[in-house]
Amino acid sequence: MSTKTIIETHELTKIYNGQAAVDQLSFTVNEGEIFGFLGPNGAGKTTTLLMLLGLTEPTSGKATVLGLDPTRDPIKVKAKIGYLQENMGFYVDLNSRQMLRFVGELNEVRGEVAEERIENALQTVGLFEEVEKKIGAYSRGMRQRLGIAELLIKDSKVAFLDEPTLGLDPDATNRMIELIQSLARDKHMTILLSSHMLQQVQKICHRIGIMIKGRMVAQGPIEQLAQEKLGVDSEKFSLEEIYMKYFQEA
Amino acid sequence: MAQGLKTIIKKELADHFSSYRFTIIFALIAMLSLITAYMVGINIKNELAGVAKPRFIFLMLFTSTGALFSLVQFVAFFGPLVGLVLGFDTINRERNEGTLSKLLSQPIYRDVVINGKFLAGVVMIAVMMISIVLVITGLGLLIMGIVPGVEELWRIFIYLIISIIYISLWLGVAILFSIVFRSTATSALAALAMWIFFSFFVSLGANVLANALSSDTTESDPDKVLQRAKIVKAFSLTSPMELYTDATATIIDPMRKSTRSMVSVGPMESISMARFSGPLPLSQSILIVVPYIISLIAITVICFAISYTVFMRQEIRSL
Repeated sequence: MSTKTIIETHELTKIYNGQAAVDQLSFTVNEGEIFGFLGPNGAGKTTTLLMLLGLTEPTSGKATVLGLDPTRDPIKVKAKIGYLQENMGFYVDLNSRQMLRFVGELNEVRGEVAEERIENALQTVGLFEEVEKKIGAYSRGMRQRLGIAELLIKDSKVAFLDEPTLGLDPDATNRMIELIQSLARDKHMTILLSSHMLQQVQKICHRIGIMIKGRMVAQGPIEQLAQEKLGVDSEKFSLEEIYMKYFQEA
Repeated sequence: MAQGLKTIIKKELADHFSSYRFTIIFALIAMLSLITAYMVGINIKNELAGVAKPRFIFLMLFTSTGALFSLVQFVAFFGPLVGLVLGFDTINRERNEGTLSKLLSQPIYRDVVINGKFLAGVVMIAVMMISIVLVITGLGLLIMGIVPGVEELWRIFIYLIISIIYISLWLGVAILFSIVFRSTATSALAALAMWIFFSFFVSLGANVLANALSSDTTESDPDKVLQRAKIVKAFSLTSPMELYTDATATIIDPMRKSTRSMVSVGPMESISMARFSGPLPLSQSILIVVPYIISLIAITVICFAISYTVFMRQEIRSL
């Protein structure tokens, strides 16, 4: 598999009220990988995602997503990226099919193509039985899965998932993790996953980046970080240990 | 058409039609206009019994006061409320429910969101005004048994357009407040305060201001009285309600020659005026009201300009 670069940032910086939320961030994400974006709350993960989507302008630095500059071409970038935001809102009066149809129309996906994608997406995320229910009656896990279905309607090749498992019960979390894995495997999506659920990240991510106070303190495959930080090369380590090590140093 | 505009308009319309708030307002207004039309119709019928039919009798359905006030007055006072109710939570509700950032992470421009919501509101307002006018026209036909002439129909049509612009202006104000204020309750109250201020206090304030500015109010010097009237007029023109009342006055009431309530007339003029007491032709009526219509549109545009700038500058992070 060729390693095409999907996301590349160069010293990306965002300053809010004189404080750097994201500080000279440079990292790359390659095609087809699941990149785990770790860090404590308020480390600047979401801000970075927003800059990559062109929803927030960086103070300085440069980002390239699929060869496009999100600051200059936000519409093109947003057309190609599926974004599952943290605490996502839904129109609670709609049912899931109506919601997906709405998202499809906003992305110029209409008619038979849209209907076919909606049916497939509902099957994939396992919401087919609940399709007539209003979203207001959905559980958190169901809403998150509906969010993934929205990405499938767009048929995006790149997905930004911001805390997709936050607040889910263990069963729903596992379901979500499996779903994310299947997106990468079956749909060949490149996934940028922000989370601080370390066990799950360890399970599914190919590479990780640890972000603390706006800076990327480490990035690479988990094994490599373990080698660097803990000096162990066996499988007897957990991401949590590595993470805490970095966290204490920062 | 910008990408997504149609989709947003469609969704907003569906939301409006299914919302209770709109149903309630619509019922209220339909009821009141029905009653107004009925009262006025009966009044006119009684008064005109055995009298030669004057011209433009049909328009009197809209202008003469029935039990309380005429339809034109009614729309001038309470039309804004409809605009405000349709718009006061446009943006901040989506922000609070977290759907705004979802909307904006789709490939659409930010202004499309505002435009779509505004246009959907305008469609609602148009539907409402047209149905009210149709109800009154129909009832008028039934009660009075008089068919409106072509010119009267044109005047009613222009009156409709002005009314839609006027209510849309308040919709624009409400949308602006929904962008500026995070809480829907705050924006509703702010919009209401604005409505009360411009609908009731400006006319009061105009008199106070005129009293303060013109030296002696008890003086019967015509120049002084005229000067005072001018001050009152100039100040009350800051109110959209005043603009609307003036804009519709000569359109819906052809016997009025001017939007001014006070015209200084010499004795000779008075004689010549009495000789030409016929109605103003439609083209002349339009000529008089055009500046008022343009002012109404200009205020709407200003509201929009502010809305755009505020909305574009808001950080998504805090949305």
